[in-house]
Amino acid sequence: MAIVHDVIPPFQLFQPASVDEALDLLDARGQEAWVLAGGMDSFDWLKDRTKRTSVVVELGQVAELQGIRENAGGLEIGAMTTLTDVAEHAGIRERFSLLAEAAGLVASPQIRNQGTLGGNVSQDARCWYYRRGWHCYRAGGNICYADTPTAVNREHAILGADRCVAVNPSDTAPALIALDAQMVIRRKGAERVVQATDYFRGPDIDITRMTVLEPGELLTAIRIPATWAGARFYFEKVRDRQVWDFPLVNVASALKADGGRIADARIAVGAVAARPLRLQAVERAIAGRPMNDETAAMAGEMAIQGAVPLRHNAYKVPLLRNLVRRAVRGGPPGATT
Amino acid sequence: MADTKLVGQNYVTPDLLAKVTGRAKYAEDFRAEGMLFAKLLLSPIPHGRVRSVDTSAAEAMPGVRAILRASELPAPADTVTDLGETIRANPKAERALTDEPVYAGEAILAVAAVDEETAAAAIEAIRVDFEPLPFVVDPLTALRPDGPNPRAEGNVWGRPAAAPGTPPGPLEIQELKWSDADFAESEQGKLPMGKPQVEWSYGDLDAGFRNAALVLDETFYVSNNQHHVLEPRSALAYWQNGKLYMHSGTQSAVQTVASIARWLRLDQKDVVLITEYTGGGFGSRATGSVQCMIPALLSKKANAPVLMRITREEENYIGGIRPAVHGRVKAGFAKDGRLLALDLYTIGENSAYEAQGDAASGGRFVSLLYQPEAMRSRAITVLTNTPPRRAQSQPGGLQAIMIVEPVIAKAARQLGIDQVEMRRINAPVGKAKLGPANAQGQRGYATSAFVREALDRGKEIFGWDARKARSGQRVGSKVRGVGVAVSTFVAGSTGFDGLLVIKPDGKLYVQSGVGNLGTESVFDVHRVAAEMIGVPWEKVAIAWGDTSQHLPWTCVSGGSQTTHAMTRAAHAAASDAIAKAKEIAARALGGGPEAYRVAGERVSGPGGSLTLAQVAERAIQMGGKYDGHELPEDINKFTATSAQALAGQGLMGVARDTYPRDGTSFSFVAGFAEVEVDVETGQYHLVDYTAVGDSGTIVHPRAYGGQVLGRSILGMSHTLALKTVYDQHYGLSLTQRMYQSRPPTILDVPRNMKWDAVNIPDPETPVGARGIGEPPVAAGACAILNALSDALGDDIYRRAPVTLDSILMALEHGRPMQDPLTAHI
Repeated sequence: MAIVHDVIPPFQLFQPASVDEALDLLDARGQEAWVLAGGMDSFDWLKDRTKRTSVVVELGQVAELQGIRENAGGLEIGAMTTLTDVAEHAGIRERFSLLAEAAGLVASPQIRNQGTLGGNVSQDARCWYYRRGWHCYRAGGNICYADTPTAVNREHAILGADRCVAVNPSDTAPALIALDAQMVIRRKGAERVVQATDYFRGPDIDITRMTVLEPGELLTAIRIPATWAGARFYFEKVRDRQVWDFPLVNVASALKADGGRIADARIAVGAVAARPLRLQAVERAIAGRPMNDETAAMAGEMAIQGAVPLRHNAYKVPLLRNLVRRAVRGGPPGATT
Repeated sequence: MADTKLVGQNYVTPDLLAKVTGRAKYAEDFRAEGMLFAKLLLSPIPHGRVRSVDTSAAEAMPGVRAILRASELPAPADTVTDLGETIRANPKAERALTDEPVYAGEAILAVAAVDEETAAAAIEAIRVDFEPLPFVVDPLTALRPDGPNPRAEGNVWGRPAAAPGTPPGPLEIQELKWSDADFAESEQGKLPMGKPQVEWSYGDLDAGFRNAALVLDETFYVSNNQHHVLEPRSALAYWQNGKLYMHSGTQSAVQTVASIARWLRLDQKDVVLITEYTGGGFGSRATGSVQCMIPALLSKKANAPVLMRITREEENYIGGIRPAVHGRVKAGFAKDGRLLALDLYTIGENSAYEAQGDAASGGRFVSLLYQPEAMRSRAITVLTNTPPRRAQSQPGGLQAIMIVEPVIAKAARQLGIDQVEMRRINAPVGKAKLGPANAQGQRGYATSAFVREALDRGKEIFGWDARKARSGQRVGSKVRGVGVAVSTFVAGSTGFDGLLVIKPDGKLYVQSGVGNLGTESVFDVHRVAAEMIGVPWEKVAIAWGDTSQHLPWTCVSGGSQTTHAMTRAAHAAASDAIAKAKEIAARALGGGPEAYRVAGERVSGPGGSLTLAQVAERAIQMGGKYDGHELPEDINKFTATSAQALAGQGLMGVARDTYPRDGTSFSFVAGFAEVEVDVETGQYHLVDYTAVGDSGTIVHPRAYGGQVLGRSILGMSHTLALKTVYDQHYGLSLTQRMYQSRPPTILDVPRNMKWDAVNIPDPETPVGARGIGEPPVAAGACAILNALSDALGDDIYRRAPVTLDSILMALEHGRPMQDPLTAHI
């Protein structure tokens, strides 16, 4: 069969008006149903005809999936809320500016207007071998093309690789992990809530999926508890262009101080592994220590322990070290676009 | 031209409103009754041979109307030049479809169906059996003693050895390999320099190095990049009454007709090209694209109009690529900064099709730009199994200047000379010489050069001294640096025709054969004619973008030649009209024609005056040369055909540009950049940028500024992030989407970049204007390169783009960590 790209093949389109309707559809159509949020990831796959589906469930008509609400002292964000709305929401900016900043640095203004928070955390890997449709481990094959002697893998993983060396490219994921966010997942007749850090899967658990979502399930909302409201936040995304770029490495931190010492901390990093990583060992090590350069340097060194660079991504090791150092040390906020 | 009302003034071009409101129709916006859609089947492998094709399942699909194979293409036709000389068609040249693909992504066949979904499904239903053949995507690998060849015959273009006194044979593909000894230095990251294909020199190179206070030997790699035109190479074709109607973007409305006729073996009179708007060319579609013959042939086969919409991925293949160039420079400088000796070696990569001359041509520009007292240039162009190489803004000049500019900057730093002063010291002045001597021992020279004036102006606007004072200072993790760079490129041709008619309604009707690819020269150049004849712009109507509209022979809008060439042609046509108007007035009113003048829409003299409208009426009555029934003998036959069609409608101005020119036209740009680098991440951004052009008289300031800054951004992209990436083992591209190849966005450049021009008329052209499209490119690229080394020191980069990983790794290790020799990474 010859390969042709850039024409979306036909499929049946469903546009449910409520979550229950959507869950009924997903229940009935199971494996074959493709959930479409903002489309920024999906359209790539469908346009390229690399992944196909016969049924698309488009969520744009489901009002209850949109918007940001007060919830038990924190906030609940509908999964279909656009990244622009997340970045500009007064309550998020006031109490959880970490998330606003991360959302505001995703891709480009146009993509943020269309892309959703739920989509951003549920998106697939951007490994350019995998996205081109090469039959790799992640695509169900038995090779990683990005980890061969001739592979160009500048944007790939330095930590947690297991056959696949792709990274999770989400900018909001580390921020949500640092905020102890909870992911609300529903299926027909059932709901479960998982910690953000547990929402993401590495290749050691499941090499073909990025999240814990099972067929029939839908991420409906993301809850931000009050826990870290107003903490000292730091987010930074390093990328090649000032806009419209995935992270080469990103970092998110939330710190609570107690008289010059770090009382409690959350640090998460992205684009260094197949899932965003919460650096719990670093968090434990810096707790109780003075908030100074020495502690920051120690955190940076700890963060890169066990890092295994590939041929073209050795720079990610000092980059990760320096970003974690900054996340502890604090500093001027990064540019936004 | 002094005291001008139009030339040098801003105005609203006739196409602007349509462009900004979306009403402008590009090729794929047209629809024709019963129109079919075409899709392409692309080669999945970098080199192979089609053993068999099974289209039976596709042909059985409802809605599939025609399938076109390579074997159905007309054989390539020879070219006959204006002088009657026949250039034999190259049998190994790129064609629209092929059964022996020489790059992954090359089109094998095409399907026309009732819609694109059906056409795509049909492509998927076709079975092609390929015999894989050896391939290579890295030019250095192809030069290795045991390196694969991209084609069965070899890895370079050459001519067979000819007996003395006989002309050389036609180009053929030959094998050229270097020895292991040639590659010895590559272990140290130095460019190997085996046998070149092209070599020239002037002056005493050895003496220059002997007398030098500083000698540098540097290797640098300039990455390739796709053109990323906004409008891909889509084309709509249909046949009516034996004529082919083609809607397609191009850089030349007029000269593309000949290409299409040659590709399809048609008479030129049977081709009508509609090309009012072209979404960018940058050199990649000088006279259209050979792939436009696919819908034309499918349309004939299916007896229906066929639209072939080219996708972004396909555009990345057939749109072509600017060649990457590996460079090595040995440069010797006197203590005062003067460049005494320059030894340049460049390796250009190419597809397995026609050679793009970037590597071979770069040395000339460098010799002009820095005026080395002695110079040698050696170059080789190597074929690989990658998409066609095509000219891209400042071809050859960009890469050579990017290879040399950082060396100039490094020398200035080591000699303790201010960077602006360093470029003033070595700047070309006036009729500056360039390149090697010809057979008569004469070196060529520029028509004029005011590089020092551009540097001085830029230095002031940019605030060089104040910014320089703060460069290198570290604030937190941030450090700033400033860079200046000079650049040059050819900027004008001669010998084209102007054609205009003043009609009895008093209006000036101008025929413009220029392609409308966004530079506005399609209209700008005709401001000259309106100015000279004295017609207000509101009374000027311009016909353009449709070859059934009787257009004159016109230059291709490539090589920054249009403003120069076509202001001369406009000047010639306007002068012809003015002379005829005076003759008509003198005949009607008495006295000699020389006593009359044309101004204010009247022709006035001793016997009174006539309006231009009255002159036009009289021209029709008088006939002959006045209304175009008799034409000059030296105009191009294309112009003659158009003029004949317009004859009898009014006073015709028609003439060929025969003005003298002493020297070759070059334009120059000085670019100034400030960057801020975060040394903890390697990330940097451009703080500010200023560019000043030296390209003679400015015809349309707003368009000029757009070119200076727009093309500077194209240059910046070469330093910032833009590149293509291949997996060499599979010979396949990994940068098929723009988020992967990373062209810069408008948010990657400062909002308040500034431009200016020295605006000194070129002495060798009547309007004084030269082109500006290309020299800004290298200025933008190199100003950033130099600003980075100003901020961080010399040991940071050995290839461009300079992305944050290379900066961070160099800072971590204290030496450049980039691999300067491997292509496509």
